[in-house]
Amino acid sequence: MDIVIVGILLGGAYALMAMGLQLQYGVAKIMNLANGEMLVAGSFAAFWFFTSAQVSPLLAILVVAPMAFIFNWLVYKIFMRYLVKKARSEGQLEVNSILSTFGQSFILVGLMLALFGGEYFSYSYLEKPYTLFGQPYELNRVVAFLFAIFFCCVLYFWLNRTRLGLTLRAVSVNPEASGLVGIDVPNISALAFGLGGAVTAVGGSLLSMFLTFDASVGVIFTMKALVIVIMGGVRDIRGTILVAFILGLTETAVASLIDPGLTLAAAYLLFILILLFRPEGIFGKRST
Amino acid sequence: MLYKKYKLTVVSILAAGLFLSFFPAVNADTIKIGASAPKTGPLAGGSTVTFWPNVKLWVKQVNDSGGIKLKSGKAKIELIEYDDRTNPGEAIKNIQRLATQDKVDFILAPYGTGFNLATAPIFAKFNYPLITHTAITDKVEALTKRYSNIFFTLGTTTDFAGSVATVLGKMKAAGTIGNKVAMVNVADAFGIELANAARPIFKKAGFDIIYDKSYPLGSPDLSPIIRGAKGVKPDAFVAWSYPPDTFGLTAQAKVQGLNVKAYYTAVATAFPAFGGKFGKSAEGILGAGGINPDTKAMKDYFASHKAVTGKTPDYWASGMVYATFQILRTAIEAVGTKDRKAVTAYVKSNTFNTVMGKISFTNQINKKYWTVGQWQNGKFYGVSSTGRSGEKAAKVKPKW
Repeated sequence: MDIVIVGILLGGAYALMAMGLQLQYGVAKIMNLANGEMLVAGSFAAFWFFTSAQVSPLLAILVVAPMAFIFNWLVYKIFMRYLVKKARSEGQLEVNSILSTFGQSFILVGLMLALFGGEYFSYSYLEKPYTLFGQPYELNRVVAFLFAIFFCCVLYFWLNRTRLGLTLRAVSVNPEASGLVGIDVPNISALAFGLGGAVTAVGGSLLSMFLTFDASVGVIFTMKALVIVIMGGVRDIRGTILVAFILGLTETAVASLIDPGLTLAAAYLLFILILLFRPEGIFGKRST
Repeated sequence: MLYKKYKLTVVSILAAGLFLSFFPAVNADTIKIGASAPKTGPLAGGSTVTFWPNVKLWVKQVNDSGGIKLKSGKAKIELIEYDDRTNPGEAIKNIQRLATQDKVDFILAPYGTGFNLATAPIFAKFNYPLITHTAITDKVEALTKRYSNIFFTLGTTTDFAGSVATVLGKMKAAGTIGNKVAMVNVADAFGIELANAARPIFKKAGFDIIYDKSYPLGSPDLSPIIRGAKGVKPDAFVAWSYPPDTFGLTAQAKVQGLNVKAYYTAVATAFPAFGGKFGKSAEGILGAGGINPDTKAMKDYFASHKAVTGKTPDYWASGMVYATFQILRTAIEAVGTKDRKAVTAYVKSNTFNTVMGKISFTNQINKKYWTVGQWQNGKFYGVSSTGRSGEKAAKVKPKW
């Protein structure tokens, strides 16, 4: 029971890391390597609000989300649009966006370094035990998990039950055909990219409650998010969410039952297995 | 047309440039100092607390005092700094560049054990003294035999592990703790080396390691480890940890109520951010390093560090970084020239007054250093050393 709860809490954290990237990669087709930096920027924002004005990170996300949305939307409108226009195929766009966002990640690291400095940042918020079934858990992890579930549900229903969500999914599945049936693909892509950035930054704010971070730690989050998104199947957010929880449970089970030293090995073994047997990801559709 | 219009400006800029280029030569000498350490990458979190602020502080203090005193007059420092991006290859390139292209007179030691070892051959090739401040290894004897220009100040792995055993051994002898130890380490060079060194030493000291696990660097959730350690009900908890996990383990231990009489985490326990985050809960936590923060020299150092850089130094290696800069300055001034071989020779055979106290080298190794510290009343005091004065007695850790 203990392992299940710890695993699910960790899965929630992974979902927060990966959902934003899924929107950006799955819908807007931008393989955003600056995703981790966006997350760390959200962490810094929460840290700044908390230490300078004692504002709770849970309130800070109300400011972080729109700011991150506008920033990412502008990034798409100003830089990414040209890449999309010039790219002759999806493969080429992928390569170009990797190069461009890789550069962006350095700019973001540099900016955060200049603004906050390079040391480790950590603060204590809701760092008290919360008892579930007789076992203590960190309250901030539980709260972050609840938010993760909330975002998962909202995103899932919005994508599946609303008209705008439907157009997003259409662009995700086939951008050319969506354009032909009258969907404004560039604007929908910009929306998805901005939204993805906002989700990532909010995730960063929530994770900063219990993770120690510094200006250049972003790449670790990018890698984790990338692995999760690819395992889940790039085009479907359900896959991302499911894999986040599978990964959390696997890592916790391995750490508790076998050896904590093997968590990374277990995660990548899972990755290899999925790539071997379902290279298109758990929820991916086999291309014909 | 355009040229005519701006002719006067162009000519005057050229003239000014010509004038300025002669100017320093007649006015004052400068001494070029190079520095290369992480500003980005995994080790940047450590170096921006421990290394870079000290560089800024030292250069400012030296230049405010008029410069380094040479026989030919005072020479102000011209600092050339590079980011090695926590990449050994980049660090080697940086040092090479400082030596061959920038032609600096002296180079400050890089940050971190691996980076000092990686760049040592280049320092040796160009005869730069390499007075390390953040290098801990058991290979000091072999390295000083191979390189006649390298100096070690911060200690050896075995001494760090041994001192923890000594501190715990004293508590065991006093009857405050039993002999059951839970030990974990980060699966990275430093953590593995310390854990390997610690196992036989702990056994010899009469301790029983009842929980012994490692975890990967950058683990996002360390709760299974604390849960496992708590399950075996140890008397003492020892973690050979790195900065992010030092914070993570301690937060988990606090939440899960891992109440042990002795709690030790390694690197970053001495960071001001650690005391800042855990506040009163930090009381009684043991960690790597330590200093005597109550000496006058140390108090002055803390005050000027805060005034110049706006940051508080850490309670361990910060002081040593600054001390190695002091040693370099003293040696250059004693020699009176920029002769690197003479400066190296001077460092080998003299005793230096530094912020850490008196430092001298036996076969290029400083034998007196702090090994274990403990948070007591909001400061991190050294409780064990290999011969420094002002050790405090280690206290039993109160409950969280």
